[in-house]
Amino acid sequence: MTPSEKYTAAAYLVVFVALLAYVLIIASKLQRLERDVGELVEKLRERGLDSG
Amino acid sequence: MSRIPLAGLVGATAALFALAISLIFFYAPNDPNQGLSQRIFYFHVPIALTAYTCFGWGAWKALLHLWRRPEGADLESYVAIHQGVIFGSLTLLTGSIWARISWGVWWVWGDDELVLFLVLFLFYCAYFMLRYSVEDGPARANMCAVYALFGVVLIPISFFAIRLSRSIIHPEVFKLSGPQMAGSQFLTFCVALVAMLFLFATLYQTELAGKRLDLKLRELRELLA
Repeated sequence: MTPSEKYTAAAYLVVFVALLAYVLIIASKLQRLERDVGELVEKLRERGLDSG
Repeated sequence: MSRIPLAGLVGATAALFALAISLIFFYAPNDPNQGLSQRIFYFHVPIALTAYTCFGWGAWKALLHLWRRPEGADLESYVAIHQGVIFGSLTLLTGSIWARISWGVWWVWGDDELVLFLVLFLFYCAYFMLRYSVEDGPARANMCAVYALFGVVLIPISFFAIRLSRSIIHPEVFKLSGPQMAGSQFLTFCVALVAMLFLFATLYQTELAGKRLDLKLRELRELLA
């Protein structure tokens, strides 16, 4: 691999790694949101049972 | 932008990226002076222009927040600036790699274009310091909006720095007489730019949807408490 090829590959790789990192961050955030929604649903169910 | 469904945006972005990469590596001619490394241009410049677009969009939303006060404009401004910082980091990283192979150095402090872009980038990085040092509420939204609007002044200065400085190291590619490149190179550049703008729109909508959901959940939690 020539230096030119190495640097060009590195530049494109930086962009794709950043994109991948962003997708991973969003995925972990979605998991957290899913967990939070689950907790709230659980709370609502408990309240429903308490009042019923 | 919010009227386009997210799934459609993701599909269009993926298709545009596939087309842009095909054009960059199989259609655009090799540069006689720089060789293969010139192909960094097709990602580096569109990323830089997208960063300017993000900051500009953030400033526009900030102006709307101060002017008409629509609901969510502050959040939209924040998300756009966050995207701008991401694209700005990528501009600096890809630019440094290109500088290393073309000029033999990672950074040139004497180049106005580089330094002004760094100033713009750091200015918007400081936006987050301001945002997270003030308590959530209308005062924070107003302060952030004013700060975002101040930064917009730096965008044309940074953009036109090449034309103002007449730098030899950072050549002026787009002139009033037309782009200083072959038709195939210009077409590849345009496709890469559209792909990058679509990527911004996709990431912006995704992040915004997440933030809105977060706010609604917080509200629901408070109601249930």
